[in-house]
Amino acid sequence: MSKTLFDKVWDSHVVHEITNGPDVLFIDRHMVHEVTSPVAFLGLKNRNSEVLFPEKTFATADHNTPTINQHLPVKDPLSANQLKALEENSKLHGISYWGLGHEKNGIVHVVGPEYGITQPGATIVCGDSHTSTHGAFGAVAFGIGTSEVEMVLSTQCIMQPKPKKMRISINGKLSKGVTPKDVALFIISELSTSGATGYFVEYSGEVFREMSMEGRMTVCNLSIEMGARGGMIAPDNKTFEYIKNREFTPKKEKWEKAMKYWSTLYSDENAIFDKELFFDGNNIQPMITYGTNPGMGISISKGIPKAENQDGGVKTYLKSLNYMNYNEGESMLGKKIDFVFLGSCTNGRIEDFREFTKIVKGRKKACNVTAWLVPGSHKVEKAIKDEGLLKVLEQAGFELREPGCSACLAMNDDKVPAGKYAVSTSNRNFEGRQGPGSRTLLASPLVAAAAAITGEITDPRTLY
Amino acid sequence: MGYEKFNILKSTTVPLSIENVDTDQIIPARFLKATERIGFGENLFRDWRYNADNSIKKEFVLNNDTYNGKILLGGKNFGSGSSREHAAWAIYDYGFRCVISSFFADIFRGNCLNIGVLPVQVSSEFLNKIFECVFKNPKTELVVDLNTQKVNIPCLGISESFDINEYKKENMLNGYDDIDFLTNMKDTISEFAKNTPL
Repeated sequence: MSKTLFDKVWDSHVVHEITNGPDVLFIDRHMVHEVTSPVAFLGLKNRNSEVLFPEKTFATADHNTPTINQHLPVKDPLSANQLKALEENSKLHGISYWGLGHEKNGIVHVVGPEYGITQPGATIVCGDSHTSTHGAFGAVAFGIGTSEVEMVLSTQCIMQPKPKKMRISINGKLSKGVTPKDVALFIISELSTSGATGYFVEYSGEVFREMSMEGRMTVCNLSIEMGARGGMIAPDNKTFEYIKNREFTPKKEKWEKAMKYWSTLYSDENAIFDKELFFDGNNIQPMITYGTNPGMGISISKGIPKAENQDGGVKTYLKSLNYMNYNEGESMLGKKIDFVFLGSCTNGRIEDFREFTKIVKGRKKACNVTAWLVPGSHKVEKAIKDEGLLKVLEQAGFELREPGCSACLAMNDDKVPAGKYAVSTSNRNFEGRQGPGSRTLLASPLVAAAAAITGEITDPRTLY
Repeated sequence: MGYEKFNILKSTTVPLSIENVDTDQIIPARFLKATERIGFGENLFRDWRYNADNSIKKEFVLNNDTYNGKILLGGKNFGSGSSREHAAWAIYDYGFRCVISSFFADIFRGNCLNIGVLPVQVSSEFLNKIFECVFKNPKTELVVDLNTQKVNIPCLGISESFDINEYKKENMLNGYDDIDFLTNMKDTISEFAKNTPL
């Protein structure tokens, strides 16, 4: 029978099917961070249970970590306590722990692929909704709650009903200045934040085939923002080249054996999807959000849509514009901004820094803008220095911070003050997401760079 | 962690008629720093309940004494965003046992079912009727019956069915959780693990 890529990976991991209930799904790789794991470890302790396969779980600290002076003790006692709990729990259960100061430390969804923990055909979970990132490699990867973190620790399984399947095909060529982030924001603006709820998405077509692995990660990362549990792209030579010889990828005969499995990972020609969507890549423009959910995005040169055109929820829509202090019909171009954030599990990889640098090279940061440039990991940080990007950034008046989730979610010291506008390459523009009262405009690294230079929303294509 | 069994819930409601209520509103990230599951109810809807100086925002529904009860009513696409189970914990800890909406985000719904909060999805027409009744008469009681999978608005004499899979239903009726189930099949799992390709 014809199967989708998702079916192939999911079905081969089902340990047990419950009639009128969920599947018991085996998990190949489990990633944990400090925020969603302590109560799970406490649960293990209360049940007097052990970690069944400690070698399949990997821990890193990222959400609470400061992004300057990481060599000093963490100031916030609650953050310090949570980081300490992860370190102790990892040690107690024999789990690899890449804490603050460790050379492999970084954002969980950046380091997983960097060290080859992320592999095609694997089931990967983490107590973090952006686990969908790893789907870029043809893995079934999705976020779970803390109860499920405990399940994986103690039994290497979770219980999930099998989601429905959606395929989003985009053919055509992206025009200059249009990045994978714009593709994702475009799809979410078309589908809304609940348009893919209940589905697992496969991205296919020329646009994704042409995309780098970093770009595919950005797209898959944002799958959750349209409600999908996860998104995935069939592995190809680009995928195999990327993972080859990384620390945790199989070597020699094991590599050959894995390749046999990986080469079966694509949707069969006649495979049936519950829903299929098609878009034209030629039509996608640089995007920016203007509201308080990632579905409220528009082409950068368009005006803010009218409330009456919104599908239901006029009151919620106006509440959102009121929070942003924007009006219907206004143009986004030329709006003043205060902060720029380049980083996060969405856009904190080397390619994002290369793109950002392209725009700011030979220019100067606007003096009214505070910019936080935060690499996703030490490996990214090193590449920024090795490739000479740091020098260019510094000449343009920027500083590079140390790796972490930083200003994406206002859990560490990097917070946007109330009322201020931040152009962010991260993933959520919810009310207060970057700090109580903060106003977030989601965009690509290119749009962020253009805003950092001019101090206002600017079409990056005018700065090439 | 155990939770109260859920059978029939008869209660007044707290109406939050906003769409796309995301988990960052249910509980902002800065309140996720605990290492134990205690005290999350205090920070439920923190930034909608309190001003920056911790004074109360009187206009927010949780601060309005007219409305109370064990059922939270929410607009479409409730619980979108992060996977933080803390959002479900905060709702449970505050005293809610059921959330009724016309659409739930996936991970949030799963988290609720895992910790003893019943997510009840009804049609938007039915949800609107509930909101109307509650705004007209805040003492309106609803009856949520997990056994028959029905929500009843007694004052209007109408009801609507809701979906839940049989396995989860049994769990909630009995206060069981998935970990007990999985722990009982550890041998099968270990055997399965020997034959996985990765």
